[in-house]
Amino acid sequence: MRFLTEFRQPALAEALAERIRRWSGPPVSLMEVCGTHTVAIFRHGLRGLLPPQVRLLSGPGCPVCVTPNREIDKAIALASNPGVILATFGDMMKVPGSYSSLAEAKASGADVRVAYSPMEAVEIAQGNPKKAVVFFGVGFETTAPTTAASLLEAKRLGLRNFFFLSAHKLVPPALMALLEAGEVRIDGLICPGHVSTIIGSRPYEFIPRDYAIPCVISGFEPVDILQAIAMLLDMRAEGKAEVAIQYRRAVRPQGNPQALETMAGAFQVGGAEWRGLGPIPQSGLHLRDGMEAFAAERHLEMKIRPPREAVACRCGEVLRGLINPPECSIFGTGCTPEHPVGPCMVSTEGTCAAWFLYKPGG
Amino acid sequence: MCLAVPAKVVSIDGETALVELGGLTRQARTMLVPSVKVGDYVLLHAGFAIQTLDEAAAQETLGLLARMAEAGAGEA
Repeated sequence: MRFLTEFRQPALAEALAERIRRWSGPPVSLMEVCGTHTVAIFRHGLRGLLPPQVRLLSGPGCPVCVTPNREIDKAIALASNPGVILATFGDMMKVPGSYSSLAEAKASGADVRVAYSPMEAVEIAQGNPKKAVVFFGVGFETTAPTTAASLLEAKRLGLRNFFFLSAHKLVPPALMALLEAGEVRIDGLICPGHVSTIIGSRPYEFIPRDYAIPCVISGFEPVDILQAIAMLLDMRAEGKAEVAIQYRRAVRPQGNPQALETMAGAFQVGGAEWRGLGPIPQSGLHLRDGMEAFAAERHLEMKIRPPREAVACRCGEVLRGLINPPECSIFGTGCTPEHPVGPCMVSTEGTCAAWFLYKPGG
Repeated sequence: MCLAVPAKVVSIDGETALVELGGLTRQARTMLVPSVKVGDYVLLHAGFAIQTLDEAAAQETLGLLARMAEAGAGEA
């Protein structure tokens, strides 16, 4: 298929892998920020092509994984109201909150529905005027414009039974928090391709400037990721730290101005809580002034108990790149994709799920 | 979550397009890519086209890599 198969050519991948294997500098740790990259790296066996001195770390780039229990608890509390339909992306269904998951709430009688697009939630609200329909929005800058467009559409339609609960988060502030914490050595960042189709390359410029770390925005095919790694190694060899775009077919430096404008029409930036990283200023998207009519937390009843975490789960350390999943005592035994304890095992883009599915035995 | 796939725009009606991906046809909202045209390739995510793809940039990347691969083979 166009724009996919050309970037899977084995000859190009092998040439890039050979070039990477010639790396003669000191050991380097490169972090792939995005969960979709993590899965692609495992699915295509890219780690096995790299020399031991080029190490890949997985970062906090799975929106499902970084959603804290409290936000899931809120969604479940809203869904538990009679007369409420809660719609969300399928990825959120099995993620355990403090006391249950949305899938369990649905099994207990709550009306929870999976939506492929946030526009489906708007359509559910149109079709069910006597019900309150809540869309539980989760995702980074790739997804947030689609939710924003749906909210603006609900406003245009004058829907009074459509509400919104936000778990939307922004990537660059999380990278700043991770780098500022300095818990893990990062010699280069593979920046998320689809987040960058929206935000462009400029929001990452603080990384080379303030932390002297090179960044490459990468696509998701094997050739893309190997080229991004080669570009990072080239910059390290030359002592350069810049933001470069490998995924040029989809990413422009300015991003997608229309999508950014749509986001700004529905959301304003504020603080957010991240699983593993804690509270990060200016890292979340909340309804902007004038959009309060959609605030589920304001208009619907929501009884929540204090959040609690699974004691043995080490997802927080996995998300910060501090440990690999097999270092968690419950990985692959008490915590499996069938019976996940933490979100990194639930999400198809979670680091633990990728290790479990593609690297048996760790 | 941030997975997006390339799809070809087959027809456009207002702010909705029919797009083709891997032999399947789907609807996509186009309000985030207002200048999209029939025949363009877009990235499809959560029912929305979120960016148009640049054919020239794709070919340039592939050309560069192919030349690098040939040069590598020459060295060996």
